[in-house]
Amino acid sequence: MPNRNMVALRTIWIKECTRFLRIWIQTLVPPAITMSLYFVIFGNLIGSRIGQMGGFSYMEFIVPGLIMMSVITSSYANVSSSFFSAKFQNSIEELMVAPIPHWILILGYVGGGIARAVIIGIIVTVVSLFFVDIRIHNLAALFSILILTASLFSAGGLINAVYAKTFDDISIVPTFVLTPLTYLGGVFYSLTLLPEFWQWVSKVNPVVYMVNGFRYGFLGTSDVAFGTSLIVLVIFNIILFTIAYQLISRGIGTRS
Amino acid sequence: MKALDIQDLKKTYKGGTQALKGINLSVEEGDFFALLGPNGAGKSTTIGVISSLVNKTSGSVHVSGHCIDKELVEAKTCIGLVPQEFNFSQFETPFQIVVNQAGYYGVPRNIAKVRAEKYLSQLDLWDKRNSRARELSGGMKRRLMIARALMHEPKILILDEPTAGVDIEIRRSMWSFLTELNEQGITIILTTHYLEEAEMLCRNIAIIDKGTIVENTSMKNLISKLNVETFVLDIEPTTKSVTLEGFVSRQIDDHTIEIDLPKSSSLNNVFSQLSEQDIQVLSMRNKSNRLEELFVRLVEDGRNENKAEEVANA
Ligand SMILES: Nc1ncnc2c1ncn2[C@@H]1O[C@H](COP(=O)(O)OP(=O)(O)O)[C@@H](O)[C@H]1O
Ligand SMILES: [Mg+2]
Repeated sequence: MPNRNMVALRTIWIKECTRFLRIWIQTLVPPAITMSLYFVIFGNLIGSRIGQMGGFSYMEFIVPGLIMMSVITSSYANVSSSFFSAKFQNSIEELMVAPIPHWILILGYVGGGIARAVIIGIIVTVVSLFFVDIRIHNLAALFSILILTASLFSAGGLINAVYAKTFDDISIVPTFVLTPLTYLGGVFYSLTLLPEFWQWVSKVNPVVYMVNGFRYGFLGTSDVAFGTSLIVLVIFNIILFTIAYQLISRGIGTRS
Repeated sequence: MKALDIQDLKKTYKGGTQALKGINLSVEEGDFFALLGPNGAGKSTTIGVISSLVNKTSGSVHVSGHCIDKELVEAKTCIGLVPQEFNFSQFETPFQIVVNQAGYYGVPRNIAKVRAEKYLSQLDLWDKRNSRARELSGGMKRRLMIARALMHEPKILILDEPTAGVDIEIRRSMWSFLTELNEQGITIILTTHYLEEAEMLCRNIAIIDKGTIVENTSMKNLISKLNVETFVLDIEPTTKSVTLEGFVSRQIDDHTIEIDLPKSSSLNNVFSQLSEQDIQVLSMRNKSNRLEELFVRLVEDGRNENKAEEVANA
């Protein structure tokens, strides 16, 4: 790969990171607050009455899911709002006139989403330390699920932004698709509590694989085999990156 | 070599607007070239196709010999673009904007920072390097886009109406800056709807109207063309061949003569020569001139814009 592409990739990535760090009050603080509330209410107040879930205290059980939830939301939001506002301000033209291959552009934006998601993941983990002693079963597993999830939803946010014509268009998917999928994705309960039919239905929800894969990384057990989680995530990544590449290379939403 | 070579370029937008109806255009390396035309003529569309912001419908474009369909990377690298509308992030600083742009072209960051100082200083923006872009005045924003376009040191600088809405003082300094760049060997292509601007700066010119190139010639040639008025005289049919001393004239048929007359020169002499030859003039009219009509519209565009500015400044 020519060095030129590496310089371009690094530049886009730095620009993306600078953007969310500049507006850190909007990008980094809210998940910390929301997650603290979840920990206090679900973990401490209600959790103490729920007792054990999947063989762990309720708090221990929900921490991985809540981290995943903020990773999903922030990676999606980062790329969708950054790419959409680049379209909105026409600054996307800066990238389009330059000799940047489409896949570099995609990697740069996705890289920005991943960076924000990792920082958020660390912040939420640190917050959770105030409420529970975290054990880590397998760090490599944790990181692979974290990165694959963040890249998946970053690519999703990019696709959303390509189609978006107004700022409203980038909040529809998070509200009507991502939130339900995450809440039904086993963040707050073990799938084994569900009737068999609903367990089966849950298996088509990709978030289930992320939450459970991540939970495996922390606790060492989960409702879904870790290998299955990895494979599902890799497949979804391939699908979304292919779609994103098609859209960007055809100039959908960017070139007239 | 040609800096730009466009053959039979057509563009129809999705809504069905045919913005370019098959234009041919070529610009020599080192030229200072104007693409002149009224609003909606297709100037920005042409620039958009050259710089990959607009998909062409058909035709071919070569930039410094590189076909934009086959050697897009090479073609893009040759061009620095200053678009008509501001297209940088309002929240970034001039320094970030120009350094990032260099990065997109593969210029390493340490080199980019040195160039940023060079070009921001040249365009009088160094003091403002750390302000938010949205806090800059209109003229500064436009200069920022020029600095940004130079960061990868392109061979060709393309500017789309660079002086629209810029006050006269800044316009003058922009002109001298562009002239200097051209003297250093950079090919400059600019679009404008001010004839005086093109006249002041450019060696060659193409005039575009309604998606068609009306004229493509040297600036000198155009000016002399614009200075000539053509009259059509209807005469009593004659078998004589009419000669007019000191005038360019054509005998179209036995009852029509055309005369090209420099503006503001007298017609009396024509008539006395005709009387001497015993030719009866029945009627006379101005030959309608597309170029002339076009310029009337250009001037109107300019006036409307000035009015709009006055209203905006009031
Ligand atoms: N993105 C677009 N979609 C549809 N029509 C467009 C678009 N951009 C320009 N046009 C139309 O194409 C024609 C040429 O426009 P343009 O190239 O911007 O002219 P100029 O720059 O000479 O003023 C106009 O009729 C304009 O309305
Ligand atoms: Mg225009």
